[in-house]
Amino acid sequence: MTIKIEAFGIAKDILGANIIQLEVEDELTVKDLKIKLLDIYPAFSNLNSLAIALNEAYAQDTQEIKEKDEIVLIPPVSGG
Amino acid sequence: MKNIDIQIKETDLKVQEVLDFVTSEESGGIDIFVGNVRNHTKGKTVRKLEFEAYKPMAIKEMAKIADRALQQFEISKVSMHHRTGTLLPAHCAVIIACAADHRDAAFKACRFCIDELKKTVPIWKKEFFEDGAVWVAAHP
Repeated sequence: MTIKIEAFGIAKDILGANIIQLEVEDELTVKDLKIKLLDIYPAFSNLNSLAIALNEAYAQDTQEIKEKDEIVLIPPVSGG
Repeated sequence: MKNIDIQIKETDLKVQEVLDFVTSEESGGIDIFVGNVRNHTKGKTVRKLEFEAYKPMAIKEMAKIADRALQQFEISKVSMHHRTGTLLPAHCAVIIACAADHRDAAFKACRFCIDELKKTVPIWKKEFFEDGAVWVAAHP
């Protein structure tokens, strides 16, 4: 399946774009996606943390990703 | 929810707006936290900050915090406003107001809200110095 990934903050800089498309296997967990991203973009390993949001909520590593999910990379937050 | 007011804005924040929202006849204590842009960090001069938000999720996460504050503390109303865009030193980045019957709960809830906002709400700030810029808290 093809998934669309949106990024903010430093994650956007690492991807080099606000949104990328990625061709992935059909059964993909959040953890699988993190491993894949670290493989393609090693700079993610330098961050304090990298969370993934699915459909506007923090996702657990075991959660399955569906093709239509809104997937957003959440690097360390720094609001306030 | 009628006791919670959450806003993310690209225009100047106004203390009067959060104050108006939380004010009621039953609340004797209102605590307001104002977070401003500081012109220095770790000995370096900060020229400006840029805030960006994943707005729909940021609003949901701020509402969750406000909801928890209402459950954990004896408060009646919460208002949380956050700015996005470019801000200069002394500009206001965030305002939180909590109203309670008595002041103790208002102080505690307000502190809780800003502390939690900094941990979970998907908003990011980039600090601009004379010689470059960094995303705050990104790296160890």
